[in-house]
Amino acid sequence: MPELDPLLLSRIQFAFTISFHILFPSFTIGLAAWLVVLEALWLRTGKAIYREVALHWTKIFAVSFGMGVVSGVVLSYEFGTNWSELSRRGGNVIGPLMSYEVLTAFFLEAGFLGIMLFGWNRVPKWVHFFASCMVALGTVVSAFWILAANSWMQTPAGFRVAEDGVLHVTDWWQVIFNPSFPYRLAHMVAAAYLTTAFIVAGIGAWYILRERSVPHGRIMLGMGLSMLVWLAPLQLVIGDLHGLNAREHQPAKIAAVEAHWETQRRAPLILFALPDPAAEKNDFEIAIPALGSLILTHEWDGEIRGLKSFPPDERPNPIIPFFAFRIMVGIGLIMIAAGLIGSFLWLTGRLYSSRWFLHVLVWVSPLGFVAVLAGWFVAEVGRQPWTVYGILRTADAVSPVPGGSVLASLILFVLVYGIVFGAGLYYIAKLVKRGPDETPPVPQRDEADLSHRPMAAAGNP
Amino acid sequence: MTGTASQMTEFLPVILPLVWAAILALTVFLYVLLGGYDLGLGVLFPLAPSDKDRDAMMASVAPFWDGNETWLVLGGGGLLAAFPLAYSIMLPALYIPIILMLIGLILRGVAFEFRFKSERSRWLWDLAFSLGSLLAALMQGVIMGAFIEGFAVTDNKFSGGSFDWLTPFSAVTAVALLSGYVLLSTGWLIMKADEALREWAYGVAYTALIVVAAFIVIFSLWTPFLHPEIAARWFTPANMVMLSPVPLATAASVGALWMALNRRQRYTPFLLAVALFILCYTGLAVSLFPYIVPPDITIWQAAAAPESQLFMLYGAIPLLPVILGYTAYSYYVLWDAPEHDAYH
Repeated sequence: MPELDPLLLSRIQFAFTISFHILFPSFTIGLAAWLVVLEALWLRTGKAIYREVALHWTKIFAVSFGMGVVSGVVLSYEFGTNWSELSRRGGNVIGPLMSYEVLTAFFLEAGFLGIMLFGWNRVPKWVHFFASCMVALGTVVSAFWILAANSWMQTPAGFRVAEDGVLHVTDWWQVIFNPSFPYRLAHMVAAAYLTTAFIVAGIGAWYILRERSVPHGRIMLGMGLSMLVWLAPLQLVIGDLHGLNAREHQPAKIAAVEAHWETQRRAPLILFALPDPAAEKNDFEIAIPALGSLILTHEWDGEIRGLKSFPPDERPNPIIPFFAFRIMVGIGLIMIAAGLIGSFLWLTGRLYSSRWFLHVLVWVSPLGFVAVLAGWFVAEVGRQPWTVYGILRTADAVSPVPGGSVLASLILFVLVYGIVFGAGLYYIAKLVKRGPDETPPVPQRDEADLSHRPMAAAGNP
Repeated sequence: MTGTASQMTEFLPVILPLVWAAILALTVFLYVLLGGYDLGLGVLFPLAPSDKDRDAMMASVAPFWDGNETWLVLGGGGLLAAFPLAYSIMLPALYIPIILMLIGLILRGVAFEFRFKSERSRWLWDLAFSLGSLLAALMQGVIMGAFIEGFAVTDNKFSGGSFDWLTPFSAVTAVALLSGYVLLSTGWLIMKADEALREWAYGVAYTALIVVAAFIVIFSLWTPFLHPEIAARWFTPANMVMLSPVPLATAASVGALWMALNRRQRYTPFLLAVALFILCYTGLAVSLFPYIVPPDITIWQAAAAPESQLFMLYGAIPLLPVILGYTAYSYYVLWDAPEHDAYH
């Protein structure tokens, strides 16, 4: 029996649990913001249909949010159970960032989620709207802090290393607003809004095709397309800027993403290849000359460093970053096309009758999730062999836990997440199938009924 | 100026770890209280008289469980931030119970959403809710016991075995904390449930109180024998007098709680159960202070750099009261949210 490697198993476990987790925030960041817009439209226009759409998607939001919470709690402990040396040496830096996430975001979300879900008839309308806003704000603030922590691990700044190897902060501003942070934050938040807009548009298209809840479906499709048409192209620009930033601060990652072995000017754009790290070359390469330099440096003869210019023990394995990046960009291009074609059909009055387009949209609409995962695989695998880039190696960050324990926990997580994810997906599909309730089940009241209060209950034993 | 600055640099590393130990102690306590009634309810869940009662039990915590659990996340994140050495030693040492606790929390957490959406598979989520709650509660008790017993540490790293946490003492603390959670949850139900379910909760509360009282005695007698320092702290004559209010008040609370149950009071049973938790918690703090990784590492040795602790304090001081404020507001407006509100 081969020896169980706690490092490899911990990496697989963290990749598995964080990949599972990121799907839900990617969805709920966008949904929370959209629910605020729907509620605002309802309050402003008084049209019940906005409230019906909002109530329907609130249920889907609640299931996703619940799964996001439980899978997120796991991560806040895995930093210690599996990466205790990262915690010991980097705790001074990443600990406060994660604590601020709890204090400014998690409590805000959790504190107002109850009112958002259960408070429709218990608080005045504006308080409910305020609660929805706070939940949406919480999702974005959460992204701010966790991406600050992740970006710091990618492009560390504002710290010094003490003699015992422990990192100390010298400048908090530099820690939080480290070189890659603004780009990563913009890229991830845009990705979350896009993922949600794509799904919403797809489900709207599905209702229209099924000729059920058609007015609701048109709102979903219209609002989804309105986001896609400008945000998907903008995301391409943000991604490009993010790439330029990575080339400056993490050149080895870019070399891996592009599968470039040699440092060269007029570097080609490799469309397809099978990178072979052992032989330090690519097989079956299909490339466009000079385009790689143009994209990455915005100059025809810009220089791109190749993997061979890094010592072998400081190179990421290019296979995953190379393919994941191409999947991500491909999906981005599909989103841009869907947004443009859909908007064109809409403007020319043919959107609802173009069944071919609606069918395609239904099928491609979940791709945002794949793009988010692919993007994170680029970012995280591309950072290897470092946990804190250039400072702390992944191999030195792992906990003193035997491989057997990690294997057992990994199997447990796969089993439990499989059941939970399967069930969650099933219940979300059920909610989607059922569609919006067109007559709200409870009468609307402007003011909460003040008799249902603890003090009132205390008076009547 | 330089005098003040150097005084500050000497003063901060002493005072900041104390402040953060206090904040974390409060955080863990709030989790034990809020997560406690919440988990206890899950443990009682399968024993409830009817399915209607189970609906009511779950609906009574559905708006709050996420907020309750956030205190646990703050406990983990805060420990990493304020005492990274403690976090990096204890979490690998407690690898198995922590993972099992997390699995339990996942199963019970998703049950809140899934149960109300399922028909045929409702039994499955009932099971996930109760077994998940039971597992999480037991593992938290095990973690508490293992924490009190202490950890093997070499060169600032955990150097013990994977099963060091599994001892007779931690088995006792697991059942003790579980019974405490059940007592809290009966207090919660007595406040919130309708008459029939309330009467059942009174009945369970008597049993839970007897079990809790017995475990407090066992726990109090056993703990001093784990470390001579703990025994010395409680049993030197001067300290015995000074600390005697803790056991005396504990005994008084048990008695008062019994009487409150006899009188069928609505709110005092929960409050007295909380008082019991406060007293036990205080007793534990007296035993362990100032160690954060018993038996050797103090809060000052494990503390994060002063600039990190200070940076967090700037946020924690204004934010914690705001958080407590809106959490209280949420409890107030959703206090008697019916089982089937607009959302389900």
